[in-house]
Amino acid sequence: MNLSGSVGQARVPNNRFRFILAGVVGLALWLPLYLQLERLAGFFSFRLLGLAPASKFGEAVRFFVYETPKVMMLLVLVVFGVGIIRSFFTVERTRAILAGKRESAGNVLAALLGTVTPFCSCSAVPLFIGFVTAGIPLGVTFSFLVAAPMVNEIAVILLYGLLGWKVAALYMGTGLLVAITAGWIIGRCGLEGWVEDWVRELQAAAVVQPDVRLNWQDRLSYAGREVRDIVGRVWVYVVAGIAIGAGIHGFVPPDFMVAIMGREAWWSVPLAVVIGVPMYSNAAGIVPVVQVLLEKGAALGTVLAFMMSVIALSLPETVILRKVLKPKLIGVFIGVVASGIMLVGFLFNAVL
Amino acid sequence: MLIQICGPGCAKCHETLKTVQQVVAELGVAATVEKVTDFQAIARLGIFATPAVVIDGQVKCVGKVPTSNEVRGWLG
Repeated sequence: MNLSGSVGQARVPNNRFRFILAGVVGLALWLPLYLQLERLAGFFSFRLLGLAPASKFGEAVRFFVYETPKVMMLLVLVVFGVGIIRSFFTVERTRAILAGKRESAGNVLAALLGTVTPFCSCSAVPLFIGFVTAGIPLGVTFSFLVAAPMVNEIAVILLYGLLGWKVAALYMGTGLLVAITAGWIIGRCGLEGWVEDWVRELQAAAVVQPDVRLNWQDRLSYAGREVRDIVGRVWVYVVAGIAIGAGIHGFVPPDFMVAIMGREAWWSVPLAVVIGVPMYSNAAGIVPVVQVLLEKGAALGTVLAFMMSVIALSLPETVILRKVLKPKLIGVFIGVVASGIMLVGFLFNAVL
Repeated sequence: MLIQICGPGCAKCHETLKTVQQVVAELGVAATVEKVTDFQAIARLGIFATPAVVIDGQVKCVGKVPTSNEVRGWLG
């Protein structure tokens, strides 16, 4: 392991074992607790609070008491794991990897890297500039920009926790596919002229990368900070989402959504996308809503399309991208991505 | 000493600014802390991920909020 600088050398090797030990103990506590959650929730709602298991209110309470700790525990574990993976990727490194790539293969790679590169959506503009000045094709850059917010660990883990691994895998797979194809199509159209002129005139600035070498302790503490940061930011949405979900779970009849969002209503897919695009929410806020919609008879394709359009496209992001893209290109970007999402929606409603 | 905090002004950028200002005050360093929000200016500094911290023209950190300890290391 390469310890660089004074910070690394100051550490005692013992620390590493302490970290590993803490990890093992943490996981040993995490797993049994996680497996017992369902029973604990039943015990709490029906024994401790004395609610009737068959009653609507009792069911709503049980749902909330079970789902909230379950999702939070999953979130902590996965954000930590992804945090460690993320510590291996930086925007600069991703840029360097993509710089030599052609289209097609570049689109695939960009979408994949988009899922693991640490990226905050307000970074979209500097990143766009960085990619374009590095000579990365426009379409490849867009593949990255679509995948980065859409396919992320929070979305996937919440889908897994609340709806099972099949839905999570479908979401991840089709999300990547939309990012890859949308970027590829935009690249094929040759729209470089619709990037704001000042961006194209900008000289490719030398990449400035502070010389940071991380050892395992740094990675673990980075992951720990990610957990604090992300879970601290999204727990409110998760709890609120599950609370709304619990209310609907207990009180709204199961076929409530069939008429408006069921498979028979073909127009529900475009409608879901039209409503979803201007909306902005992070994955944490939208997944509990998605769960409720599905449970009440909405079709999977419609719901996935809704979720994707909420997360992948948003009004604030397009406003910020306006600084580097001419309005026409923003239009094409939204149009292509929204069409891709709609296609996914129709496909699932037809196949499943 | 000139400390530049680059970023359009999202939550993470504010957090970075706060951390840096705190450490500057704590160490009593004579430094000007300024925000760089213009994308063109940020790009010219060679920065492609925000928030970023630049001290006297030298990029110290890119794409993440630094810890106070890291900032102390740069200023000390």
